Formats: sequence, structure tokens, C-alpha cells
Amino acid sequence: MSIKIKDVNYTYAENTAYEIHALKDINLEIPDGQFVGLIGHTGSGKSTLVQHLNGLMKATSGRIYFNGRDIYGENFSMKELRSKVGLVFQYPEHQLFEIDVLSDVCFGPKNLGFSREEAEEKAKAALRMVGMGEEHDKSSPFELSGGQKRRVAIAGVLAMEPEMLILDEPTAGLDPKGRDEILDQIERLQKERGITVVLVSHSMEDVARYVDRIIVMNQGQVRFDGVPAEVFRHYKELEAIGLAAPQMTYVMQELKEKGADVDTDATTIEEAADAILHWLKKGQR
Amino acid sequence: MIRAEELTFEYERLDEEGNVESKKRAVDHVNLHIRPGKFIAVLGHNGSGKSTLAKHMNAILTPTEGTLWVDGMDTKEDDKLFRIRQDAGMVFQNPDNQIIGTVVEEDVGFGPENLGVPTDEIWTRVEESLSAVGMLKYRHHSPNKLSGGQKQRVAIAGVMAMHPRCIVLDEPTAMLDPNGRASVIRTARKLNQEEGITIILITHYMEEVVEADHVFVMDKGKVVMEGNPREIFSRVDELKSLRLDVPQATLLAYELQKRGIPLPKGILNNKELVDQLCQLKSKM
Repeated sequence: MSIKIKDVNYTYAENTAYEIHALKDINLEIPDGQFVGLIGHTGSGKSTLVQHLNGLMKATSGRIYFNGRDIYGENFSMKELRSKVGLVFQYPEHQLFEIDVLSDVCFGPKNLGFSREEAEEKAKAALRMVGMGEEHDKSSPFELSGGQKRRVAIAGVLAMEPEMLILDEPTAGLDPKGRDEILDQIERLQKERGITVVLVSHSMEDVARYVDRIIVMNQGQVRFDGVPAEVFRHYKELEAIGLAAPQMTYVMQELKEKGADVDTDATTIEEAADAILHWLKKGQR
Repeated sequence: MIRAEELTFEYERLDEEGNVESKKRAVDHVNLHIRPGKFIAVLGHNGSGKSTLAKHMNAILTPTEGTLWVDGMDTKEDDKLFRIRQDAGMVFQNPDNQIIGTVVEEDVGFGPENLGVPTDEIWTRVEESLSAVGMLKYRHHSPNKLSGGQKQRVAIAGVMAMHPRCIVLDEPTAMLDPNGRASVIRTARKLNQEEGITIILITHYMEEVVEADHVFVMDKGKVVMEGNPREIFSRVDELKSLRLDVPQATLLAYELQKRGIPLPKGILNNKELVDQLCQLKSKM
């Protein structure tokens, strides 16, 4: 599923004293099946942008095309858009409310008009996708661990079979293993099912490790857009706008400052290890 | 400052009639001793019992078995409660749940006002606390217009204004962006070094632990590892089996060791790693 954003602007409280220009002339294209990282400090406009992608907010000006169709066009169904573009908010487990895990995940597909049996089938498939076994189906959502609750909440969105999944800080507050489990599962969904994924994150390490492309927002505008190595080359500019590069970028830069002839594009542990080995072995007999 | 002896806490689940249906032991016979003026980190996966332990440190919870003393005061003694809460302040994960004032300086003044501090003294404390966390110029702002990191620093100032000897921070940076995270940790370190306040930091970010004096690692309600950061982070596989991690520089050193590069154990930061690598290269 592809999305095209053309000249989009959004202004909060237009024509009042509190007017804030939250999005300025955004032009972006996200092709089918891409894993995109969206970064930016608090208040940079990234949450405003993602809420435009499933029609929760309407652009003040500009157009958004979903698979080539204008979502603000006359015959476009917003309901359909919302079933195709799943949005997982921050701390989604706060929205769990049903008596058991399965019923909670059924809520979405039932609302889309599926019968009880169909909804359960979709819910079960979604729960298995996020690694929640059958033994938890009848548990109360409140008996689960933090990481499990988060996965149930994500399953609740997956059960609607979205073609695009937007996740706002899906790993905040999880322990390191829980963080890896969630991101690994999301990566698998993207690879195996071809779902387009937009990951909003404050962790540069996570972004470097998983995504194909990084979009950096600052003051309502797209500041950088490219593959991780390319974007993190601008680490000084990123720091100036309240962000940072992954730790590995700093290790490689420090090595280089000490005169080491290393490739500084490494952003993950594996890439850094490769680059350092290459450098250490260079010139050896 | 804080001492726990055989500290055990059980959550009870009650059925509809109010009878105990099941018990879950969240903290299991923990013994620890935290000396005044130290910077302590507590690690552990979700559900390992670290927040439950933290809530004992200012008597939000009291032990099912065993004892916890704050500054020599047993938290089970009701008449000490007031002084314990004044001595050991607490900052939680979500800044929006802890700020109540409509103006920054009022929020910070709330704590000392409740303690019955005279008005002049309150204002002095508010000013001191806000400047200690670097937020003095926001004193007349509305808290809801601040960024996450700024709100957390206001929350810390609110605790500071009560003149505690110890501050417990329970995942204070989990909801913040890199800038906000750095500013909160910098503030905690400054209070520790300049004001001598004991800091107990609970976190999932391994980088924040590197400069701590002492680290406790919890699993299933027990303290399973303790030591200085270098000792703790040289045990990479053990930490991973506890659902934890090590700082990125340590992880890269570990990966290089696995690939046959002779690096020492327990590398903690980028500088150490870069120095070791340059030394190695010069010997080649």
C-alpha cells in the first residue's frame, strides 16, 4: 500500500492568537512494503503527521493519496482508510478494556462488521502473529506482563488486517528483551506479509537496526530523508535539533578523529564490528 | 541511608467476598544497604520487582515480611511516615501524572507548603530547586506547555523543595526524547555530586547506569547481581538471560571479542573502546 503526501499543511487553531503551524509543505511518498523510521524531538510534528495518514486529522491544505486515490475526494471512504491504516498509539495497553484477551482483540474486526466467528478467527491469527499463544486467549488482559499487554494491543490493530501499520513509540517502558521481541515481530510482519510500517521512535539504535529509510522532522518540516547511514552522517545537525545518532556513529567518528582510517557509515553493532575488523586487518602482513 | 533486611512483599488478590484468592511475591527476601551520597542504579526486566522495591523506599508500600529503614526509621511505624516521605522523595515515569500546579513555581511549592514550611522559606526553596534543575526561567510558565524532559525536571524540583536526603527515580526517562533523557540524567548526577543527595535510579537504559557507584540487578523479586558497573557489564550473557542488555560500546567490544579481537572485559564507554582499539592497532 502506498501513500503520497502532497504540499500538506496543518495549522492548529487557525486565525486565533494560538495559531500554530504544525506541518509545513510536507511532500512525501511511502511506497508499498517499506519500513520507515520517523524521528524528531517532542513537538516536531511527527505525531501530527501520522494522524493525517489515517484521516484522524484533516490537512488545512494539500492532498493525501492512498493507493493513488485522493483521501479528501468525494467518494473516498474514511472508514476504509482507517481499516487499512492501523495506528498504534503510545502506551496502547492503557486502551485494553475487555474481560479477556481474545474479546479485546475481536473488538476491531467486529466494529468493521465481521461476524463473531470471522472476528475470532482474525483475532486469533493476529495474536499468534505477535507471539501470544492460545493459553492466553482467555486470560484477563490485566494479568499479563507489560510486554504481553503491549503485544495484545498491537494484535488488536493487526486483527483489522491493515496494509499499513503506524506505531508511535511501541517500546517505551519495556525492558531490553521486550523491546527486541516487539521490534523483531514487527520486522517479520513487514517482511513476510509485506505490510508497510512507519515506526515513530526516540531510540536511534532501534531505528538504525530495523528501518530501510529515516524521515527526520523538525519544526513541522521534513529535515532529512534517506537510508540510515546517509541520515546519521548529519549527526551534528541532528544534535542541533535535539536528536542524536546511534552510539555506533559516535564510536566510528571518535576512531576517525584518532586517525583511524575506518568507514564511518556503520550504524549498527554488526556493521561497526565489520568496519573495525576491516580496519584492524588492513596493512597486516 | 536505606537498609533492607529480608524484605518481602506479596500482592494479594481478593475474590468478590474479599477473601484472599492468590498471592504473588513481588519482592523476595531482599537484603541491601545504600550509603548516603551514593548514586545507585537498579536494573531488572518488567515484572522483576524493582518498582515494588522502590515503593518501599518512601513507604508507599510496607513489607509483608522483613524490615526497611530509611535513615534509621522503620517504614512500618506510622508516626515516622511524615519524616520518611520528606527524607526520601520519589519521581515516577510519567511527568503528566505528577504535576498538579497550573504554574511551575506553584507546583514546586506544593510539597514544602504541605510540610508547613513558612511562606518566605517556601519561596527560597522554590527558587533554589528550580535553579538546581535548570528551570528557573520557566517559573512563571504553565507546566503543560513544557516538553517531557522539562516536566520531569520540574517534578524533580518539586521533590527537591522538600529537602530530601534521597531521591528515588522510577524510570524517569522512559517517555522522553534523547535531549530530555540527557537533561534529566544530568540533573540527577548534579544533585548527587553538588548537593550530596543519594540517588536511586531505576532504568531500562544501560547507558544511564555506566556512571553509577553501585548497581543492583533484580529478577523474580530477588537481587541476583550487584557490583560496580564494570563488574556488572562484564557479564554480558548473564544480563541477556535476565532480559537485559549492556551499553552499546560494551556490546560492540563483546562482538569484537567473539570475532577474535583481544579486548579486555568490562569496557563501558566509547572512549575506553576507542583507546583500546587504537592501542591494539599500534601494536600490529
